[in-house]
Amino acid sequence: MAGGRSPWGGGNRGGDGESDSGQEQPEGEAGDGSEPEPPRGPRNPWLPPGDSPPRRSANIEDIFRHRDHRRSHGSGGGGMPRLPQRPGGKSWFPLIVGAIVLLWIGITSVHMVGPKESGIVTTFGRYSHTIGPGVSMTFPWPIQSVKLIDITIQRDTIPEGETEKLMLTSDQNLVDFSYLVRWFVKNPERFEFELDDPRATVVQVAEAAMRASVAEVPLVDVIGGAGRAQIEQNTRDRMQKILDAYQSGVKIQGVEIKKADPPAKVNAAFQQVTAAQQDAERMQSEARAWAQQVIARSQGDAAAFDKVYAQYKLAPEVTKRRMYYETMERVLSNNDKVIIEAKGVTPYLPLQEVRRNTEQKTTTEGGQ
Amino acid sequence: MFTQLWQDHKASIVALGALVVLAMASVVEIPETEQAVVIRLGDPVRVINGYKPNVDFGETGAGLSLRIPFLERLQRIDKRLLTIDMDPQEVLSTDQLRLEVDAYARFRIVDPEKVVRKAGNVERVKEQLQPILTSVLRQELGKRTFQSLLTADRGAAMRNIRDGLDREAREYGAQVVDVRIKRADLPAAALESAFQRMNAAREQEATTIRARGEKNAQITRAGAEAEAARTYAEAYGKDPAFYDFYRAMQSYDATFSNTSNRGSSTILMSPDNEYLRQFKGR
Repeated sequence: MAGGRSPWGGGNRGGDGESDSGQEQPEGEAGDGSEPEPPRGPRNPWLPPGDSPPRRSANIEDIFRHRDHRRSHGSGGGGMPRLPQRPGGKSWFPLIVGAIVLLWIGITSVHMVGPKESGIVTTFGRYSHTIGPGVSMTFPWPIQSVKLIDITIQRDTIPEGETEKLMLTSDQNLVDFSYLVRWFVKNPERFEFELDDPRATVVQVAEAAMRASVAEVPLVDVIGGAGRAQIEQNTRDRMQKILDAYQSGVKIQGVEIKKADPPAKVNAAFQQVTAAQQDAERMQSEARAWAQQVIARSQGDAAAFDKVYAQYKLAPEVTKRRMYYETMERVLSNNDKVIIEAKGVTPYLPLQEVRRNTEQKTTTEGGQ
Repeated sequence: MFTQLWQDHKASIVALGALVVLAMASVVEIPETEQAVVIRLGDPVRVINGYKPNVDFGETGAGLSLRIPFLERLQRIDKRLLTIDMDPQEVLSTDQLRLEVDAYARFRIVDPEKVVRKAGNVERVKEQLQPILTSVLRQELGKRTFQSLLTADRGAAMRNIRDGLDREAREYGAQVVDVRIKRADLPAAALESAFQRMNAAREQEATTIRARGEKNAQITRAGAEAEAARTYAEAYGKDPAFYDFYRAMQSYDATFSNTSNRGSSTILMSPDNEYLRQFKGR
């Protein structure tokens, strides 16, 4: 390229220190006051060799000296005095402008769209098209511009933080409530152009829809879980309906209840209910156990009677007498007995006391 | 070089510059989110990119437009769906219950010329509509009972409020798309009594649950007793006389031959006793 013409139309002399045209600077020429070396051959084919002082690239001192010289002699006079002149007396200005323009075009017309993004292309503010993930080309700014929209699933927890948030249920009770909304941008241009604050809108709509849905369900179902699926489904449907009516381009992925508790102030009362439920449960199971016992005993007794009765049937008189004697034997052998001959006579001696004492002695001695 | 150029083409450069300025002054860029009212000497004459329902983006008139420079001025009006956020209001229902209501309205400017004529800009439209929303809301909710505000009538109330506000908003060139109650809560004073009511209800529930548990236990017991009685009756009913004897024997055994209180009773017997029948040697 040495000695070649630069694509910008000028020679390669006088690079302003960047050696922008690719010309190598000969060694030993850095000092400006040094002896001129013999020219190394034509550097510029458009100039006859040797008809001028040896060429070299201007270094920074040259530039400034040149400028000083110019200024001191007052020979500049208008134009663009700050830049050294290119060969042919042309200015650097178009070159720099050209570079800036190229850079500008490069930066503003190539767009990288991430895998979870969409780019909305507008031409002078007018919607042109939407670009998907990857590298896309557009006209440079200010003709076209690209706005990137995140199309991943967003999660909004309402309320943010751990504060207690009370909602009214259908039976005018309060419930401490928090929930999560998952949504994503389905239609980026609508999302961008239709609403003044789409994110806040989603949250507001979620609030309105959730409260309306909770207000349809009694407290017990909200807390107990029986109504939860219904609330979630209703809220989702409501939100989608409202957001569609707004043409927001938002799709609700799902609504999940995170917390549905009684308010802190009535928590104790709710625990009482739980305790009462457990009490009731306990009482019932005790009763069931007792019932089993009673029934089992009755069956046992009945079975025993049946057995005995079967024997009795075989020989009624004998069996009856046998049972009688056996029982009386057991009864009388375990008790004190006094047999009194005469009718209507009551013994006045504490016979039984005496006998019991002796008997107790014998039993203790007997080691019973 | 420039000096030379300037010297040679002074007139044409000035003319070119003026042309460029003129061109820039006569071309305006309207984004999709805005509609612009062209005001010629203080008089709105036309609308660029005005709102039309069901027109796809890119075909609404956004982009570059021309105007007569210096003569025509542009007033930009938001084209998007805008929000009026109401401050929370205490509303009294027909059954004299207080409810703290937080609502919002969504509206859109459909007639930007009217906005320019009547209000000047969108902010002022909002300022005008906000008190109207509040009063329409109070009026509408004040007609209903607390309970109906919570559930059934809510949708109808919202529609009425929306229509009421919309009538007013049309005057300003706005269309109210939607009114929603964000929150309908008990105010702080009523909150306390609500908690008390909830507590009382819970206590009542607890008592009821206990009582029901007791009742069920009783029923279970009675059922078992009945079942046992039936079993006994079935068995003993076969021979009541024998049962009497059998049970008496068991009873005597249980009462008198209890080994744990041996000798605790003294039995006085007459020799006529059945047991001692054989004593007499008959």
